[in-house]
Amino acid sequence: MASMAPRWRFSQLFGEKNPVEEVSDVDIVSAIEFDETGEFIAVGDRGGRVVVFEQARDTKADQSDFKFYAEFQSHEPEFDYLKSLEIEEKINKIRWCKRHNNAHFLLTTNDKTIKLWKLFEKNIKKIEENSPRDGLSFPSMNVTESVVAAVPRRVFSNAHAYHINSISLNSDSETYISADDLRINLWNLEISDQSFNIVDIKPENMEELTEVITSAEFHPVQCNLFMYSSSKGTIKLGDMRSSALCDQHAKSYEEEEDPANKSFFSEIISSISDCKFSGDGRYILSRDYLTLKIWDMNMEAKPVKTIKIHEHLRTKLCDLYENDCIFDKFECHLSADGSKLVTGSYNNMFYVYDWETDVVTSIDANKNYPSGDIRTTPMAQKKRESEDSMDWNKKCLHVAQHPHEDLIAVGASNNLFLYSANKEE
Amino acid sequence: MTDVEMRDASDDSLQPVRILIDELKSDDVQVRLTSIRGLSTIATALGPERTRNELLPFLKESTDDEDDVLIAMAECLGEFCPLVGGPDHAHHVLAVLEVLCGAEETKAREHAVQSIVNIINQMSKEQVAQHAYPLAKRLAEGDWFTMYTSACGLFPALYPQLTNDQRTEFRGFYKKFVSNSAPIVRRAASANLGKFIREIELEYVTSEMLPLFAITAADEQDSVRFLSVETCVALAAKLAPEDAEKLILPTIKSLITDSSWRVRYMAADKFCGLSAIGNDSVKAEMVGQFIALLRDAEPEVRTAAASKISEYCSMVSESTIINQILPVARELVQDPSEHVRASLASNVMGLAPHLGKEKTLEHLQDIFLKLLKDEVPEVRLNVISKLDAVNKVVGVDPLSQSLLPAIMELAEDRQWRVRLAIINYIPLLASQLGVEFFDEKLADLCLSWLGDQVYSIREAATINLQKLIEVFGVEWAQSNIIPKVLNLYSHQNYLYRMTTLASIAALAKVMGPEAIDSTLLPLVLGMATDHVPNIRFNACKALEASIPHVTETCRETRIKPVLTKLYNEDTDNDVKFFANKALQVLNSCNA
Repeated sequence: MASMAPRWRFSQLFGEKNPVEEVSDVDIVSAIEFDETGEFIAVGDRGGRVVVFEQARDTKADQSDFKFYAEFQSHEPEFDYLKSLEIEEKINKIRWCKRHNNAHFLLTTNDKTIKLWKLFEKNIKKIEENSPRDGLSFPSMNVTESVVAAVPRRVFSNAHAYHINSISLNSDSETYISADDLRINLWNLEISDQSFNIVDIKPENMEELTEVITSAEFHPVQCNLFMYSSSKGTIKLGDMRSSALCDQHAKSYEEEEDPANKSFFSEIISSISDCKFSGDGRYILSRDYLTLKIWDMNMEAKPVKTIKIHEHLRTKLCDLYENDCIFDKFECHLSADGSKLVTGSYNNMFYVYDWETDVVTSIDANKNYPSGDIRTTPMAQKKRESEDSMDWNKKCLHVAQHPHEDLIAVGASNNLFLYSANKEE
Repeated sequence: MTDVEMRDASDDSLQPVRILIDELKSDDVQVRLTSIRGLSTIATALGPERTRNELLPFLKESTDDEDDVLIAMAECLGEFCPLVGGPDHAHHVLAVLEVLCGAEETKAREHAVQSIVNIINQMSKEQVAQHAYPLAKRLAEGDWFTMYTSACGLFPALYPQLTNDQRTEFRGFYKKFVSNSAPIVRRAASANLGKFIREIELEYVTSEMLPLFAITAADEQDSVRFLSVETCVALAAKLAPEDAEKLILPTIKSLITDSSWRVRYMAADKFCGLSAIGNDSVKAEMVGQFIALLRDAEPEVRTAAASKISEYCSMVSESTIINQILPVARELVQDPSEHVRASLASNVMGLAPHLGKEKTLEHLQDIFLKLLKDEVPEVRLNVISKLDAVNKVVGVDPLSQSLLPAIMELAEDRQWRVRLAIINYIPLLASQLGVEFFDEKLADLCLSWLGDQVYSIREAATINLQKLIEVFGVEWAQSNIIPKVLNLYSHQNYLYRMTTLASIAALAKVMGPEAIDSTLLPLVLGMATDHVPNIRFNACKALEASIPHVTETCRETRIKPVLTKLYNEDTDNDVKFFANKALQVLNSCNA
């Protein structure tokens, strides 16, 4: 019943209040991540900055607002002298570590280097001037104020020849993997000068290269399982217990392609841009260009459900190939209970699917009209976007969901939108 | 001295300490680090009372610093007991260390725990009860997981000093740690469980600690399970053999056959400790388990098992070695992974002493002969490095026939690092193979290395000659080596003439004055007039090296004139510099 579905509403907007003529490239949001408690959101942008928001502890409202907590410059642009290439400072991924004491730790990565940052409240001490005395005098300190400081604790560099696309922490809170186009490396958070390579799909002869790794993630519960998705539309599950080198996959999830749909662009649009485990680790969510697929871990042959996001684009693939939009990588996210999926599209639209009740909420993340245009319909009746007004530059590539509440964070160019839902009685 | 003068005098001596204190609050991490390392100096200068009242509170406020500073602080504070006025006041130091026990940097916590243990060992029982016990209790009941991990490290050292009630309480804490939701705590609990068990009374080990061990051995996190292998060894040592067999053997077996290769790797690594329990039938069964590990599917596990072969074989009978272990070793000789073969090569030679001469010849020889022909140089090198074990048992003749081709091949390998490795083994081989064998087969090889294309090889060859002279003696060198070395002098390429000079410089150290005078010196002095400046100043260097080893007359009559002439008349500045340097050494020798 539609009334049981949560009603989504606009909650907060972080970014420029007034529409700005030219959006500066460095402000565009490139990564969003909630921490495990949901009290903090970290947002990374193309300029290498990370901004962290904290949920205000407001007991009277049932959902509290977020406010600014800290900001720091995570990565700087670099130049690789050996290959004469620029290394962008754009933050590709952020992952929060589990909290073990009163400081926060998060991993941020750009194309080549991963950094472990510590966020903590620092007491600024003022040293009282020593009065000249004979013998020794000891400085006395006064605490003047407390600020939030960000310090890089580890820098993991020089391990990837290709661009890093994902990082993922293991459930043992000690190790993590980083994946680039052809290789996946295993790191220990304490050791920054050593890394083990566990997957290597580089062919002997680079001319034979047919697929690359697009995303990788550790299983949320089992410390030995991880998955990686490829540009050919397959998801492979690796088991670190069975061998040290995981080139042989334990399971492979791939759907046979319908020959009727085959076209020149089939392989490009089957490339998986993002894959996520559900909170309990029983399901895998994958996003390719036109659809979302939900896989049961135990069934490799086909997904449990396929959801079409913007099917009307199938006829426009040629144009999208011309303007390179066919290669856009949309992120996807599952809610903690696995029932709600969220992913973005063009025209600043993003969609929240409840796949058990077959209901979709279409939301326009437009700061000029933030409150309007939220429509919840059964999936079959989802409104098709008008083709004339498609703005290919307005895309919601980055989305994140709160771990327990119905709260979604969406990045639309240089803005961060927060939408929350309450259940109707 | 007047009062003012005395005060001034003391001020001056305190200046370095004053600087150290100032640097404690510097913005630069490196400066703070140096200062922290000098904490004991500061404390000594301040005296016990001011250390307690001023220094330690200051440190307590400074614990949100960089990792390196905290590690240094934790280390230094372990020595602070005398500096605060003895064990009576040591609890002030403990207060600072307690804060460090909550730091997120593992090394800082470990050092803090170690320092606390140091201090506790100097305290009396009442002081421990009054200060150390509450500290440990606060850590165990604290808010943060990092405190629990430090508590796990602290309990083993503290336990013997506690009352019975307190002991029960602490065993209860440990039980909670083992089942904590955070893997980081369970890992710390598992890692320290062995040490903890060693301190606990036997009855409680059986009743309370064994279930905890079982929990860690069945944990879903691989990283907790493989730490439990170490606990097995501690349990095996603590329990009586029959109990050990009944209570922990099943767990040991399940760890050896665990689904995660990392756990099996640990089991292979600690196998000798694990197999020490049980009666003969159990031991026989453990042989089967060892063989299973040698045949494991994962190369890393096979490597670990192969590295323990000789140690394990010292625990089993000769017939077991021959009938069961060696056949598997033969399989491993052809293992597809080079790391497994290299590990085997390092270890299998150690079996020779256990088998005795005949059996070694009969059973072991074919294994290492095959390994000597392996395609990977590292495997061959590992065999050669362990030859002395076999040599002691069997003697050199059976080896020499197959050894020599192997050495020759390694000596001519394309990779210069392989050639370098074999050069470094030559003195060892020479001492075991004897002088006739060496002269016949290896002498030419050693000399050919002096003319190798790679400088590092030529340098290593020179040092090699020096070591050979130490093994075989000066007369042997005079007749066999020196003439050939000196021949290199006539080479057209100046690099080889340089090698001769370098050899002479090295040989001069061991040859003795007459030998140097008669054979080496003429050549060096001749090279001092070579047309290449590099040769000339290297000749000066060679002279400088030989000056301490020749007689005074020799120095005055032969060396000094040449050096003086070079210094005064040579056109090249470098030659003049080194000539002058040598002259100064000469003058100081004469003085």
